[in-house]
Amino acid sequence: MNDGFWTFLIILGQCLAVMIAVLISLAFLLYMDRKVWAAVQLRKGPNVVGPFGLLQSFADFLKFVMKEIVIPAGADRTVFLLAPMLTFVLASIAWVAIPFAEGWVISDMNVGILYLFAISSLGVYGVIMGGWAGNSKYPFLGGLRSAAQMVSYEVSIGFVIVCVLLMVGSLNLSDIVHAQAGAGVLSWFFLKQPVMFIVFFISALAETNRPPFDLPEAESELVAGYQVEYSSTPYLLFMIGEYMNIVMMCALTTILFLGGWLSPIGVGHGLFWFVLKVVFCFFMFAMVKAIVPRYRYDQLMRLGWKVFLPLSLAFVVLTAGWMKIFDIQPWAYTEKAHEMGRGAMIIEAPAATKTEDS
Amino acid sequence: MATDWARAGWYFAMMDFVSGFRVGMKYFFKPKATINYPYEKGPQSPRFRGEHALRRYPNGEERCIACKLCEAICPAQAIHIDAEPREDGSRRTTRYDIDMTKCIYCGFCQEACPVDAIVEGPNFEFATETREELFYNKEKLLDNGDRWEGVIARNLELDAAYR
Repeated sequence: MNDGFWTFLIILGQCLAVMIAVLISLAFLLYMDRKVWAAVQLRKGPNVVGPFGLLQSFADFLKFVMKEIVIPAGADRTVFLLAPMLTFVLASIAWVAIPFAEGWVISDMNVGILYLFAISSLGVYGVIMGGWAGNSKYPFLGGLRSAAQMVSYEVSIGFVIVCVLLMVGSLNLSDIVHAQAGAGVLSWFFLKQPVMFIVFFISALAETNRPPFDLPEAESELVAGYQVEYSSTPYLLFMIGEYMNIVMMCALTTILFLGGWLSPIGVGHGLFWFVLKVVFCFFMFAMVKAIVPRYRYDQLMRLGWKVFLPLSLAFVVLTAGWMKIFDIQPWAYTEKAHEMGRGAMIIEAPAATKTEDS
Repeated sequence: MATDWARAGWYFAMMDFVSGFRVGMKYFFKPKATINYPYEKGPQSPRFRGEHALRRYPNGEERCIACKLCEAICPAQAIHIDAEPREDGSRRTTRYDIDMTKCIYCGFCQEACPVDAIVEGPNFEFATETREELFYNKEKLLDNGDRWEGVIARNLELDAAYR
């Protein structure tokens, strides 16, 4: 037994722990989603399985697993089965970069936010493949729609993230949270960037195909969009993947704007606050689903390209300009960051060489 | 073209969403309208038209005199009646079948009946596992009448003022 083996085992254990924790909390978040939706519509929601219906998600899970997998005759079997797996795997591997609390992160990578951005961009392939492989018209239309939609909103999400990164000076997700430490709730980024916070939240809705942007799976026109031909476990994988992406976006909102694991009163930081904030974001996701009607497709595209893109682009310029004019250092360049050993290396510009070149 | 600043402000302040959210939260905390069905049931009108029943007189004699008015009026042709004089000379049915899969629960049979024999009772929970079980015969209908007589009699009395 060498050290490498033990490291491997520890990492495996961490991954398993995170996966199990995320999946179990997902079961209850799904239940919460249904309960909130029901409550707004004056219904009671699931209340039969277990106390207050708490075990409903597990009953649904069993049902999905025990049903027969139907593959349409004209379908491309390989791609058809690959698509839900891809969605699920991509949704789960994003969690390695999420810091749940101080130091509670599987991989504290320096390009964390880029990694998450890349993974969530890849998520669209699962949807397109699923839509195409079924060899059926509604899934195909749903797949096409989701491709256009997710690409459009990723652009503005990118610029929103740039706004935050300008203030932090680091791509590391833990650094982003550290940068929000200080005066409790007052130093969280949602107060410094309120417009970007809202743009990010709405783009996250569009990115995860949630109502009011659920055109890829619009019930009233496309039946269930790219999920039409799926049944049983493949469908389950699609659904878990989708909800994992939603919770993932909640976690990202929490980290970027709501101060991650930091406590609003400045003391007692920890996992509790992170979970509470994620649940709050998820509650907002559920409320939006319950109260907002679906966008028309041209409205969706207009919002993405003609409102959010210019707005977020303007805020990148504004943030950068503001920091330049008032000479505000990004967090990673401050002494505080260097004390924590997380500061960025400052490269001095070579003096007096510029003039000779030009 | 003049810009409608008020409308633009309303749009960018997301006032539509804010007011929608307020309405949503108002409903969120309201008492729920859900009825927990097998354990709770909604109120039922005395005029409710459910499962059919053939009634008897208090002395145990069946009411039906085989006039076949119900068979004639039934728009779904779900009722089939055969009749013969009985040994005591009274006219009675030998066969009274209702195909419950055909019946549309219009209530015309009980409207047509001159002696209040065929009625639609308050029962609506008579789902079966096979189709054949829904082909009701005279025995089944009389049995229903005996079982639900109390409720049926009260409902007829309550509704009598409006007929």
